[in-house]
Amino acid sequence: MAEMKTAPANAPLGEKFMTWVDNRFPATKLYKEHLSEYYAPKNFNFWYFFGSLAMLVLVIQIVTGIFLVMNYKPDASLAFASVEYIMRDVPWGWLVRYMHSTGASAFFVVVYLHMYRGLIYGSYRKPRELVWIFGCMIFLCLMAEAFMGYLLPWGQMSYWGAQVIVNLFAAVPFIGPDLALLIRGDFVVSDATLNRFFSFHVIAVPLVLLGLVVAHIIALHEVGSNNPDGVEIKSTKNDKTGVPLDGIPFHPYYTVHDIFGVAVFLFIFSAIIFFAPELGGYFLEYNNFIPADPLKTPAHIAPVWYFTPFYSMLRATTDVMVNVLAALVAIAAVFAILRGRFGAVGKIAVAIGAVVAIALLKTFDAKFWGVLVMGGAVIVLFFLPWLDHSPARSIRYRPDWHKTVYAVFVIFFFVLGYLGIQPPTEIGTLIAQIGTLFYFGFFLLMPWWSRLGTFKPVPSRVTFAAH
Amino acid sequence: MSSPQVDPSKRTWLIASTCAGVVGGVATAVPFVSTFLPSERARAAGAAVEADIGGLKPGEKMTVEWRGKPVWIIRRTPEQLESLKKTDALVADPKSERKPAEVTPMESTRNEWRSVKPEFLVVVGICSHLGCSPSDKFTPGAQPSLPADWQGGFLCPCHGSTFDMAGRVFKNKPAPDNLEVPPYTFLSDSKLLIGEAKA
Repeated sequence: MAEMKTAPANAPLGEKFMTWVDNRFPATKLYKEHLSEYYAPKNFNFWYFFGSLAMLVLVIQIVTGIFLVMNYKPDASLAFASVEYIMRDVPWGWLVRYMHSTGASAFFVVVYLHMYRGLIYGSYRKPRELVWIFGCMIFLCLMAEAFMGYLLPWGQMSYWGAQVIVNLFAAVPFIGPDLALLIRGDFVVSDATLNRFFSFHVIAVPLVLLGLVVAHIIALHEVGSNNPDGVEIKSTKNDKTGVPLDGIPFHPYYTVHDIFGVAVFLFIFSAIIFFAPELGGYFLEYNNFIPADPLKTPAHIAPVWYFTPFYSMLRATTDVMVNVLAALVAIAAVFAILRGRFGAVGKIAVAIGAVVAIALLKTFDAKFWGVLVMGGAVIVLFFLPWLDHSPARSIRYRPDWHKTVYAVFVIFFFVLGYLGIQPPTEIGTLIAQIGTLFYFGFFLLMPWWSRLGTFKPVPSRVTFAAH
Repeated sequence: MSSPQVDPSKRTWLIASTCAGVVGGVATAVPFVSTFLPSERARAAGAAVEADIGGLKPGEKMTVEWRGKPVWIIRRTPEQLESLKKTDALVADPKSERKPAEVTPMESTRNEWRSVKPEFLVVVGICSHLGCSPSDKFTPGAQPSLPADWQGGFLCPCHGSTFDMAGRVFKNKPAPDNLEVPPYTFLSDSKLLIGEAKA
């Protein structure tokens, strides 16, 4: 047992109380470690608002969600009407519901920007691999949360979107159809599916999500925040205090800084809620104002915007694309055998591996590979810390042409997102196929290209101009 | 820590009790995972349904719900039946040879027009790709999302798979298989039983 501390007899009541608490619970210790004595680099810029904003949106979603559940009915025959009841009859129900639906899109906006920040400043590099991996897991949870939440209003898009995504699992060889049955709990998307998605959406996934957020922050506070220069501030400390010279306490400096970010975010968030809650069909799709009809698919179905880049990759994986992938595997294998620095056994293994991979590509349906491509596009993010071999962490000190590669990557991500919303066309599919290849090339060839070029000298201290 | 002293008898018991714990854990998980399976009620809902096709005119389509899925009954015109000859070379599986047990369980429907009576097409209106319900595109000719030599058929709005007037999927489309033909029986000229194939 830790030693009991005693406050001086003439100490103020507050100090005595905190001493009593601290002897039983590390309140002051936690406050210091995570706020008043957590030293963050002083050169944070615009991109560093999005972590705290993601936390804000998480709170908005949990609070509005709690209130929505009070009036929502998870029953296939009542769900659609209960959402309309919330919108029309429950006092201020429309506001709570629009906050929740806009919050879902806002969550992805904020999280995508947060991930992009990590990407350009190398925030996933050693020793922050676990911060990044926990973050990727949060992203996966968010996708599950958003997807299952979207079924709950039981509109046409809810129903057919769920039908398509659950059927993705049916594409898995051998166990697929049984797996899809296990997920739906019925032979089609039905009341059973709605009920279980409701359970996952309101309790199971949020619990996991909260745990992951805590792990993400504990890991971050263990290693310290990265910054736009990618300089490790812990390597230049004040000799006497041991405090990083370029670090400032999170509280009050960044708490105040983040409150400013919150204010600006809430301007935009409120403007959307009050003036354009559907945002032209992007945040709430018009077809979802029609009750689910299992006998009629809407003329055009598309997922909500935040899934469309990945959905585009799924659609891009046609038979032709599978042949292209098989050819790429063959080329990569030939290249590895001719140029690789490993022995005969390794080269034979590469050859056998490539033949097996090509055989599998040609054996299973393109549909299955589409699912794998879509899942792989998210899973590849987990490996980023080990794919990036550039000598400089931050984009600021990388060769200029690296910036072009990143720019093209971002453009393709937007183009894939746009194509995923549109009905399929031949030219669109072709562009999506090029985009998909670029997306995977960006990550899988990173060990090669990230080393190339002339890097700029990285300073030992962060660059910062007082304003 | 001092150098660890391994006590083999304790270690054996630790391993044994851990294994027993894992077995118990898995056994407890089984009932929970089993609740995800379709309930008895959902299983029982698969009964056959009857459809009255007496009022169906040539070129018309009606939809019946069977096991929660749309079943289409289409009375094809002679021109539509004729178009199947032109699409023979363009479809992926013209003779319904792929996965016959699942896609065309009735032997009497494994033909060019994929039906018992050539005039009446009976198919489950669910795309074999990801389960969307294709839309009718019966008018021949060039249209958005369709080729210029379109003969009439179906277009899946989700991923652009196209099917001809016999529900046969065109080549190089996301859908791997033709539309499923359910088991069915003509009870009379105007009564159709969907879900059961009586000899």
